[in-house]
Amino acid sequence: MSSLAKVILQRLGLGLLTLFVVSLIIAFVVELLPGDITQALLGQSATPETVAAFRAEIGLDRPAHIRYLEWLKGMLTGDMGKSLASKRDITEFVGTRLSNTLFLGGVAAAIAVPFALFLGLLAALYRNSIYDRIVNLTTLTSISFPEFFVAYILILFLSVKSGIFPGISNVSTDLAFSDKLFRTILPALTLTLVVLAHMLRMTRAAIINLLSSPYIEMAHLKGTQPFRVIVRHALPNAWGPIVNVIALNLAYLVVGVVVVEVVFVYPGLGQLLVDSVSKRDLPVVQACAMIFAAVYILLNLVADIVAIVSNPRLLHPR
Amino acid sequence: MYDRQKSEIDRLQDQVVKGKMSRREFLSRISAMGLGAMAPGLYMQSAMAAPKQGGRFRQGVTGGATSDVLDPGQILDHYMMNVQFAQLRNNLTEVAPSGDLVPELAESWEGSNGAKTWNFKVRQGVEFHNGKSLTSEDVVDSLNHHLGEDSKSAAKGQLGAVTSVKADGKYGVVVELSGGDADFPFILTDYHLLICPSNGDGTIDWQSGVGTAGYTLVEHEPGVRTLTKASPNYWKPNRRFFDEVETLQIADSAARENALRTGEIDAMNNVAPKTADLLKRQSGIVVDVTKGNKQVTLPMLTNIAPFDNNDVRTAIKYIVDREQWLKVVARGYGELGNDNPIGPANVYRATTDELPQRGYDPDKAKYHLKKAGFDSLNVKFHAAETGFGGSIDAGQLMAETARPAGINIEVVREPDDGYWSNVWMKKPFSACYWSGRPTENMMFSTVYWGEAAWNDTYWKNAQFDDLLLQGRIETDATKRRAIYVEMQQIVHSDGGTVLPLFLQDIFATNDKIRHPDVIGGNWELDGMKAVERWWFA
Amino acid sequence: MIRLFLSAPFSAKVGLVAISGYVLVALLAPWIAPYKETAIVGASYELWSDQFMLGTDNIGRDMLTRLIYGARNTIGIAFATVVLAFLIGGITGMLAAILGGWYDMLISRVVDILMAIPSLIFALLLLTIFGTSIPSLVMIIALLDSTRVFRIARSAAMNVVVMEFVEAARLRGEGMGWVIRKEVLPNITAPLLAEFGLRFCFVFLFIAALSFLGLGIQPPTADWGSMVRENATLINYNDITPLLPAAAIAGLTVAVNFVVDWMLHLSSGLRSDQP
Repeated sequence: MSSLAKVILQRLGLGLLTLFVVSLIIAFVVELLPGDITQALLGQSATPETVAAFRAEIGLDRPAHIRYLEWLKGMLTGDMGKSLASKRDITEFVGTRLSNTLFLGGVAAAIAVPFALFLGLLAALYRNSIYDRIVNLTTLTSISFPEFFVAYILILFLSVKSGIFPGISNVSTDLAFSDKLFRTILPALTLTLVVLAHMLRMTRAAIINLLSSPYIEMAHLKGTQPFRVIVRHALPNAWGPIVNVIALNLAYLVVGVVVVEVVFVYPGLGQLLVDSVSKRDLPVVQACAMIFAAVYILLNLVADIVAIVSNPRLLHPR
Repeated sequence: MYDRQKSEIDRLQDQVVKGKMSRREFLSRISAMGLGAMAPGLYMQSAMAAPKQGGRFRQGVTGGATSDVLDPGQILDHYMMNVQFAQLRNNLTEVAPSGDLVPELAESWEGSNGAKTWNFKVRQGVEFHNGKSLTSEDVVDSLNHHLGEDSKSAAKGQLGAVTSVKADGKYGVVVELSGGDADFPFILTDYHLLICPSNGDGTIDWQSGVGTAGYTLVEHEPGVRTLTKASPNYWKPNRRFFDEVETLQIADSAARENALRTGEIDAMNNVAPKTADLLKRQSGIVVDVTKGNKQVTLPMLTNIAPFDNNDVRTAIKYIVDREQWLKVVARGYGELGNDNPIGPANVYRATTDELPQRGYDPDKAKYHLKKAGFDSLNVKFHAAETGFGGSIDAGQLMAETARPAGINIEVVREPDDGYWSNVWMKKPFSACYWSGRPTENMMFSTVYWGEAAWNDTYWKNAQFDDLLLQGRIETDATKRRAIYVEMQQIVHSDGGTVLPLFLQDIFATNDKIRHPDVIGGNWELDGMKAVERWWFA
Repeated sequence: MIRLFLSAPFSAKVGLVAISGYVLVALLAPWIAPYKETAIVGASYELWSDQFMLGTDNIGRDMLTRLIYGARNTIGIAFATVVLAFLIGGITGMLAAILGGWYDMLISRVVDILMAIPSLIFALLLLTIFGTSIPSLVMIIALLDSTRVFRIARSAAMNVVVMEFVEAARLRGEGMGWVIRKEVLPNITAPLLAEFGLRFCFVFLFIAALSFLGLGIQPPTADWGSMVRENATLINYNDITPLLPAAAIAGLTVAVNFVVDWMLHLSSGLRSDQP
């Protein structure tokens, strides 16, 4: 197990390095964007004098690399800094947004992952049957609609026409857990439809891929029930690729939900990031990007660990 | 002295009666004469059906961002305007639903010295939400917040003529201007020029959100949601009927409409013209419009070829099919523009006799193009939805109608963010809108004056600028009218702006909402003041 | 070829026919479309009629014409993007597997870093800097997509390069290009193909999402993603106009994936229908 610990430590170190490079790229790219925060905030009313006064006030008149180093110094001591626009502590307001985002991602994952695995297993079991074809067709159709369109359709039927769910998901901190969950169902369903197909198809493919292996043939020859063969013999060896795809999709549930947030008026991190990019509020953009990158890195690490545990040979490549 | 003024008032009143002058013009004139607006009772005017107190008013509004702050100088868009200008704070003066200028925190005012010196009397007995009494110090510091070298207020340009703001006793304020401006009290209705409590050191406390208006701040999550509750003793009589107001930022128009239809909100702003008629047909939903001076403009930079040639500008003005734009872009929610920014809510708008409507005419465009020495012309039109909603569609319509005149228009979609800094006033031909100004002078001074910071076509016309300065101090209504009509004719024929449309603001409520018969036309949602003028049935 | 087609399962036949249909429409757009791509021929949102078979769009262009030209632009852009992404990602991925060592290390880290930045946001940033012309759109989406392709190509190729026949070929002194073409590529086509099918439709969706955020293809070019976006709100009022471009995307996605499934089936060697 110690070699596993070594791999984890190594990967965490690499993760930190990745975070560092990501922050460099973000700082560089935001610097390249046309216009700066003062122009973005003043909009049509930006005159050269007001822009200059504003720049001086928030310290934007200093060179970019100095501002970056200051931010890095703060970051290393656990201080995310203050928003340039509102001067609020980033830690303070990013926290609520992050918990909202994780909540939505969590609800969506709780629906999507078991569903995808189960349907995928069945599709592998009854491959090329009518069931397999229907599942295939439905999920392919559902992922070929843009997210906002899926959202509109769900809202139309489950909210506007039938009145089951609220039309927007404006959760706030004073809401009880059950209310919050209820308000989050529609966006979570939208996300489920978006990620379901990918996971389901990978589950099906990974299992079918193993079905021609000699040990599966053996299990068949022994007379084991087909479902048992798949769950007991094929699935354990298929975890690697499946978990990989699940991790990718979980990362997407946290990172890629801007559009769903906008349609459902859900106060998550994605909207904050897009807002901050358009306002050129670099410290907030950095904070969000760091969180997203960290989520991505951690999820991948977990996926790799699961893959290693399910197939210890991977610890010793070649 | 008094008698002379009195007879002048009588003369003006006579004109009002004869319909030669609007009531607003009348008030504006007598205030310029130094008599102030003496009609606090105007507030009672439009609230006729007996309003009821109570309920939580939930509104879905656009234009909020996580970067929003409570600084009145940094109000950028409708969300914070709604929160600060309508819920938390008051101005010195207000535009009433009828379009008249009425007192708000200033009880009265008078101009003197050729409308260069303005004395305001601050209303007594008004308290801020934190219990502090309103005095002249608060007013002086609040106005000074937008002035000076290091001010980053968006209203700095509006107050360009102000040289000093000083207290005159506990309830007097004196404002000095560098040049006479009879419309100065109108400028003070600007949504940035809100009165906040002074810190006593020349600065104001805007951070707390404390003001004098009908609601106090409970919770504010920038870019997401704001909750306010009725302040105990609002000083305005017969105003502010809701117990609580919840304001939600809803950027997506479909999401706003869904929220209204499912009962999550009671009112929304910014209904997209293309869904307005569909929304109207839903039961329990009321769609309403505000007819104001909001205008679509296509500024051409007159200091850059080919637009430095007026014949090219005129050719471009002829290739826009305004009727088609009104039908397709505005879906009928607007009226035709005539390359002249003075709109339906202005007093001295030129009649069609004085200024015939310009229409779509590719032959005339061709003629002007030839006169400028071109057989054909390639032009790039830079647009983004930020410029004005539907500008990209509009550009494509224009590209099609320009073809017969030998003008090739390429529509360039620009990113929404950074549009105002990188495209507008930078690219030779772009999309823009103005919410319009209540007076001719303010409109021309803000955008068309050669010296204006927002002269977005860099257009300089000596005759026009002369007339502008004359108009500011001219008190005779007939002469004033003549001046402004002439200015409109100049802008129409020589200006750098294509102004194809005036747009209505479309908003929607559920059928539980009641409002006065006359609603304000200066901003959406009843001059933005729905929260203090409307009530639940 | 024909025999292969005849031997294909029903779903794959449907897929092949549908794809050929789409490609034909795309190629012949100027001849089969009733009107010109950008011509405004009627009032906006006209109903279905003899004159406008599928009605008109928001500014009065013929919907059917826009759909037909949309096929050309959308499929063209998606195809260019995906091919580019597979070229970049596939080649670097296979090289990483074969060369290993510092090259593998370096490229893998770069890819990790690129993938750690949310792709929609990254695209938003880059497109704001470089503008939304079609070449920059294709390049940027291809670059971001190629990271996914890289990972799949690399991990699939990893399993192949340790095989004896690859070792043998390298010992024989075959060149790198030869090894990639003759030994590695044929053995990793299955996972790459599966990815190709999904990536292809993700490009439309990505463009649709970008146009939701205010970027996307420059007008007046017709593309399905933007067409869905432009008309999407109408679905809330029971108007099925936005379903048309969405259905066009869905149809193509399903067709492509049917064919991909069949090819996967062929290459996996799992021919019998054992349960």
